[in-house]
Amino acid sequence: MDLYQELILDHSRQPHHAGLRDPFDAEVHHVNPTCGDEVTLRVSIAGTGASAVVRDMSYDAQGCSISIASTSVLAEEVIGHTVDEALDTYAGMREMLTSRGKVAGDEDRIGDGIAFAGVAKYPSRVKCALLGWAAFTDALIRAGVQTPVLTDHTTQGVTP
Amino acid sequence: MSAAAMPFTDREVAAIRGDFPILGRAVRDGRRLVYLDSGATSHKPRVVLDAEREFYEQHNAAVHRGAHLLAEEATDAFEAARATVAHFIRAPEDEVVFTKNATESLNLVAYAFSNAAPTDEPKDPRFVLGPGDEVLVTQMEHHANLVPWQELVRRTGATLRWIPLAADGSLDLGGLDTLLTERTKVLAVTQVSNVLGTINPVGELAARAHAVGALVVVDACQSVPHLPVDVATLGADFIAFSGHKMYGPLGVGVLWGRAELLEVMPPFLTGGSMIELVTMERATWAPAPQKFEAGVPNAAQAVGLAAAVRWVEQVGIDRIHAHEADLAERLLTGLAARPWTRVLGPAAGTPRGGAVSLVVDGVHAHDVGQILDDAGVAVRVGHHCAWPLHRALGVTATTRASLAAYNTADEVDTFLTALDRVPEIFGIAEAS
Repeated sequence: MDLYQELILDHSRQPHHAGLRDPFDAEVHHVNPTCGDEVTLRVSIAGTGASAVVRDMSYDAQGCSISIASTSVLAEEVIGHTVDEALDTYAGMREMLTSRGKVAGDEDRIGDGIAFAGVAKYPSRVKCALLGWAAFTDALIRAGVQTPVLTDHTTQGVTP
Repeated sequence: MSAAAMPFTDREVAAIRGDFPILGRAVRDGRRLVYLDSGATSHKPRVVLDAEREFYEQHNAAVHRGAHLLAEEATDAFEAARATVAHFIRAPEDEVVFTKNATESLNLVAYAFSNAAPTDEPKDPRFVLGPGDEVLVTQMEHHANLVPWQELVRRTGATLRWIPLAADGSLDLGGLDTLLTERTKVLAVTQVSNVLGTINPVGELAARAHAVGALVVVDACQSVPHLPVDVATLGADFIAFSGHKMYGPLGVGVLWGRAELLEVMPPFLTGGSMIELVTMERATWAPAPQKFEAGVPNAAQAVGLAAAVRWVEQVGIDRIHAHEADLAERLLTGLAARPWTRVLGPAAGTPRGGAVSLVVDGVHAHDVGQILDDAGVAVRVGHHCAWPLHRALGVTATTRASLAAYNTADEVDTFLTALDRVPEIFGIAEAS
């Protein structure tokens, strides 16, 4: 089956940038109530406005291979990037994942996120792939980063 | 139950399967559907679909209203459905209340303790709950038999207590004497665990609860479809179950309650149908069960449920139980031969229901379910609406296979073979 790409399995076995680190500007806890997957995620932001950069994103995740790997790829794709770039990557991931397979995904835009193209064909797994990303955008908002509001109702945020 | 009840022969299962149109469809990549998720909802035999269709095509009208012919026929069909369901659980007809589902049935009982008018009417002391009173549940309950009680104690100031889960998936009754006391007003317990398949000693628990004056509410969702349930001997005061888990339609459930309790309970939902007399100031209630059936009832679904009951009676509930026990044993034996799986709940050889939940250490249940789905095998993954149970067993999620009359030994084998791809894909074998 094309869902479990080697890249996804690798990331799920050895998630990159895992663990919670200091300092951070916001911490959020998101859960997927249908399966009990959880992620605690922190962001550290440098600068403000259009030049704001994701200095660090750290996390502690419990869940399926798709949600762990997706959060690991998220960290790879956003750390060291501007908030605007990170949000564009999120938009690209989200567009691909929620397209039911109609949008192939743009590797230049979402990097290793392209490995998750197969997830789009399994609607029940899209929530898994978006869990970390939803937590990340929520954390940006809580960190006071001025972003266009990206609401995502696929997972539930819990204020720590 | 007749001790002589035998599992179905291959030929009998083939005939049973022929009654279920959906079992003929293909799933992913044209694979044969192997449906092992009947604990979530069962499929429906053609006679149930036909019964609903016939109601709408020939008798459709609002039940308990109007004097025209269709209204009479619809009312007769609805009340005949009640009689059929009542007979199936050995209850008098007027003790069966139709609801939307078991969740509504359980809420109906929970709300009886806090929904009564606060002032002028004398309340039956059994349905008065306040600070100092206790509600006793168990750690293995489905959320439907837990959350309504959590909310009830929040509304009333009473205290929630629970019987803990033992490591083997049974209830740990060692501390029952301190948990079940004269302060206990309600004991709410499932007859068969929807996750573990554990069959709880409801009779013994009910006797001890009654000895301290508590009412006994039993979640029968996973028992009524799978083994003979006789409310006259069960010991419960209320049982709740859903039609859709017992070959019936979605949207109809049942609350059975002892008549003298239904009589003194305040209504849950109010409005049309459930009244005796209405003035601008107030209303009085119709006798039970109508008192608990506000609004135009789900007659087509009740008629469908009655058809499901007749189907079960024709096939034989004791034979369904024997068949599912036989398949569960095959499943457990197969899993025991796969040491990378861990079954939660009663081991092989223990009397149990047909729900088998397992863990593959190192692989999340969602991933296990995905690999099974790829082979056409439908199971449930997650916490199965029993999150505290999973927490108590130290797991976040499990993979559950649950059996019904239409499942075959071949399907169990397909499940086991499909499961073997999990260590292949996730590399457990390499690691060991």
